[in-house]
Amino acid sequence: MAKRSIVPFGPQHPVLPEPVHLDLVLEDETVVGAIPSIGYIHRGLEKLVEKRDFKQYPYVAERICGICSCGHGLGYCMAVEEIMNIQVPDRANYLRTIWVEMSRIHSHLLWLGLLADAMGFESLFMESWRLREKILDMFDETTGGRIIHSVNQVGGVQKDMDSTMLNDILSAIKDIESQLKPIINTFLQDYTVQSRLKGAGVLSREDAISLGAVGPMLRASGEPYDVRMLGYGAYKDLSVEPIISTDCDSYARCEVRLKELLQSFELIREAIGKIPDGPISVPVKGNPAGEYFVRIEQPRGEAIYYVKANGTKYLDRFRLRTPTTSNIPPMVEMLKGCQLADVPILILTIDPCVSCTER
Amino acid sequence: MNKVSKSPWLLHYDASSCNGCDIEVLDCLTPKYDIERFGIINTGDPFQADILLITGGVNSQTESVVKQLYSQMPDPKVVVAVGICACTGGVFKECYNIKGGIDTVIPVDVYVPGCAARPESIIDGVVRALKVLDEKQAAMKKDGR
Amino acid sequence: MDGKNEIRKISLAGFFPAVVAMKAEDWRLVQICAVTVDDGYEMSYSFSKGYDMVTLRLEVDENEEIASITHIYPCAFLQENEAEELFGVKIGHIEPDYHDKLYRIDEETPFKKKE
Repeated sequence: MAKRSIVPFGPQHPVLPEPVHLDLVLEDETVVGAIPSIGYIHRGLEKLVEKRDFKQYPYVAERICGICSCGHGLGYCMAVEEIMNIQVPDRANYLRTIWVEMSRIHSHLLWLGLLADAMGFESLFMESWRLREKILDMFDETTGGRIIHSVNQVGGVQKDMDSTMLNDILSAIKDIESQLKPIINTFLQDYTVQSRLKGAGVLSREDAISLGAVGPMLRASGEPYDVRMLGYGAYKDLSVEPIISTDCDSYARCEVRLKELLQSFELIREAIGKIPDGPISVPVKGNPAGEYFVRIEQPRGEAIYYVKANGTKYLDRFRLRTPTTSNIPPMVEMLKGCQLADVPILILTIDPCVSCTER
Repeated sequence: MNKVSKSPWLLHYDASSCNGCDIEVLDCLTPKYDIERFGIINTGDPFQADILLITGGVNSQTESVVKQLYSQMPDPKVVVAVGICACTGGVFKECYNIKGGIDTVIPVDVYVPGCAARPESIIDGVVRALKVLDEKQAAMKKDGR
Repeated sequence: MDGKNEIRKISLAGFFPAVVAMKAEDWRLVQICAVTVDDGYEMSYSFSKGYDMVTLRLEVDENEEIASITHIYPCAFLQENEAEELFGVKIGHIEPDYHDKLYRIDEETPFKKKE
């Protein structure tokens, strides 16, 4: 038997913008086990719900994570609205959907850049992030914030988009789409990229399901599960289909995310074409009492929001199960048998979002 | 500022932030904001870094990491606290696992507020840090170090 | 599409067989949530299959020990360790057990007391 050694990975590591730590058990260069330890950015945000008015908490919920912020605000508000039986106006649902899809574009472009950076493909990293700026500019124009938007509130949204803004979004996504074509081509056809991604980190469909993988990770293993199919927000009127791949490797995860980008462009176009006129929020009276589980599809996968309310303005409990929490066990499984040099890329393919996970 | 006397290297660490400021720090390095035009490079190695860009309110677990990174950096060194959490604790100040601003753990030279701090203000903060770096270097020369 | 989203109350004795039955029917474990209630905890284990979601709700006393489900669903380890560390729920035989060192926080079981 080869000699076993344990190599610490992180918390401060060049490929990770956030701190996470893994103890890698190696036999020569091959990983035979990995023990994750988290907690570097645990803040205890769920506890703050006992100190903040439930109408103020969306601001905290958005700050669980700077990348998925829009979705977190939405998930929390949807859970409270469900408990209080509030019907959100149609226009607000459409606006929320447009913003959430824009978040997906910005998150996936960010991920593509980080993946390219992990492979040492610097120009591809810069190109992806250059395109991402165009979406951030649109967030800036429509919400006033680049990454933390604070537009969701219980009962609707805080800001409306006028026709100029909607047209600007349309021209921005047209621009991004045309410039994305060569990037997609590089990610899917380039020899260097293929040699790093193909066959790396295989997660079979059975493993993905039994280990609880979600999002692009699950869909890249061939399981067509996308929570948007439940039709929350404006998705009930839009044509959403889960995008899958059956290759089960890192290349498949990259391919799924690239196709989801194209899908998001279409969804935004469709939503802007169909958006109805009307109010953007309804007044909220009284305090919530009851409990509810809400599922939404974040860029990284299914997120579950649980709210338990007791009839006062302070909630009993808010719980968020983030996609990365579910994707860590499959990641640990996937790392077994890989080479040490592939570890950074494999960790990136689950698109880890540590500040979401630790809250 | 008329000229930059040094091409400093940056080190970035997330001491418990929401990620927002971190991706804005990374954003500064990409084509639109391009902090590299000041001769600045992002490095992952504290032994070669001049400026520490740090985000988020510190907790007991990151405290030792932050102190270690700071002690590993060669003198003169400058610390820039990016975002309101790194300045004071911000929205997380009342959380049980947050100590408060970075200055509760290591000395901070430049504070960049904002939630999340915008790339323009981060660049502004780094350019100010360059001035502090010059002053510290001059002081070291005077002391004969 | 309308997915089922229901909460089923379950007794401590019936809990383990119910989880085994879920596994046998290929349900995915999607989340585990602990809530502090008067003199005890409420544990919610959610499973999903297709677009349906079922939550098993277990009420336990403060000092009652529940068995870990990591031997049936290995991916439960992070969330079970979390419930143990942040709430003080007594869960036996988690694999791997972090022994309250998952988040390594200073305060002991911060979620146990209400503010």
